[in-house]
Amino acid sequence: MRRLRDIVLVIVGVTAAWELLVWLTGVPPFILPGPFRVAKAAITHAGLIGEHALVTLVEVLAGLLLGSVLGAGTSLYLMASSTARRLLLPLMVFSQTVPVFALAPLLTLWLGYGIGSKIAMTLLIIYFPVASTFYDGLRNTPPGFLDLAATMNATPRRTLFQVRVPAALPSLASGLKLAAVYAPIGAVIGEWVGASRGLGYLMLLANGRVKIDLMFAALFVLAALTILLHTTVSRAGHRLTRWASGT
Amino acid sequence: MTQSQAGGGIRLRGRFSHGDQPLFDDLDLALEGGQWTCLLGPSGVGKSTILRVIAGLDTGGVFDGSIDPDDGAPLHGRFAYMAQSDLLLPWLDVRGNVMLGASLRGQDRTPDRADQLLKRVELEQHAAKRPHELSGGMRQRVALARTLMEDRPLLLLDEPFSALDARTRSEMQELAFEMLAGRTVLLVTHDPAEAARIGHRIYLMTESGLERAPTGEQKPLRGFDDPETLSIQSRLFARLRQR
Repeated sequence: MRRLRDIVLVIVGVTAAWELLVWLTGVPPFILPGPFRVAKAAITHAGLIGEHALVTLVEVLAGLLLGSVLGAGTSLYLMASSTARRLLLPLMVFSQTVPVFALAPLLTLWLGYGIGSKIAMTLLIIYFPVASTFYDGLRNTPPGFLDLAATMNATPRRTLFQVRVPAALPSLASGLKLAAVYAPIGAVIGEWVGASRGLGYLMLLANGRVKIDLMFAALFVLAALTILLHTTVSRAGHRLTRWASGT
Repeated sequence: MTQSQAGGGIRLRGRFSHGDQPLFDDLDLALEGGQWTCLLGPSGVGKSTILRVIAGLDTGGVFDGSIDPDDGAPLHGRFAYMAQSDLLLPWLDVRGNVMLGASLRGQDRTPDRADQLLKRVELEQHAAKRPHELSGGMRQRVALARTLMEDRPLLLLDEPFSALDARTRSEMQELAFEMLAGRTVLLVTHDPAEAARIGHRIYLMTESGLERAPTGEQKPLRGFDDPETLSIQSRLFARLRQR
């Protein structure tokens, strides 16, 4: 309850400060529209924004799902195979020296203007955080657990899936929380480079037509979407690893 | 007790080194079949290393020698391990933890037997709880039930009671002694009182090496306030202080 009150207070405070700034500086609405103008644009164009938001949401969810599965799968593969560790690990680290954003034009070239290139962009952005956090978790199993498993004559495979993986779930949950925040960035960047649908596209379109209030409205919807996604992933992660926090 | 549970003796001989640094030379440790052997010594002297060598666990060093069971059969799969930390997996409930060995080996799990053992350690009411809901003593009793579930003739216990408060510790010693009767047990401990109570044989391990300490006439489990226990304890303590 107190948390809700704090959130409302912050929103009211920021909105008031924003309106005051616009009023005091007399900045024109095509540079910075006031919050009420943005709210009005959001209501007027609710259908349009909703339509584009749905496209972005689909891209984000698909990218998040594929990136998480691929990232977690890579971590498991790295754990299970020493050859993979030797060959793949340096490659993975090296791949992080390439700014993923710079690949967006290439992805559009290869995969077209549809949602495929946006899903690929989202996947690429979240893949490494998921893979590296989960892999770290898998490597840092409490040694006592592994000793116990060894004295119980556990097979490496069962040790991996029954001891290492559950012990690494809190790390995976952290990775997924990061991914939930990064994923919309990936989708929007993909849309900026070339798209005919999605919130990123709508923002560029509104910007080009000097409908800055609509651009802000789209931006807020994107932010709300990200918060919702992050909260959902956090809650799911918390449920899955309740034992780790002792609740 | 079935034939498989009755423990035979084991003799460990050899040397152990960390890189160029020898930790112990000419080690000769005999575990008498069906009895409790205590390995007593100060922290950091290498007691746990000996236990880990027998268990085949990673020690960070090299053991050059032999581990010979009396019956000549390999040790693999014939011992169970219990550590200072209870090592209960926090994501499994108590019953799941007791049956961990079977699930890690891909064998059929036997919940009925797990429940029987939980009853013997007086935790049958807590079978569905997670470890974090239990006290330290209760958790160590679950660990004991898990160890018994393995049903192995040799038990390697690495200071399993040292993190418990004095009352719980003495109760756990009694419970473990009763439940592990007839098996061969190696107990690593830094507590002279524990060794004096529970050891059929007591080896003292100090910086100068391994020596066997006298244990008197009385068989364990010795009373904690028994004059003989107290006399063994004070002799062990005095020897430990000599360095």
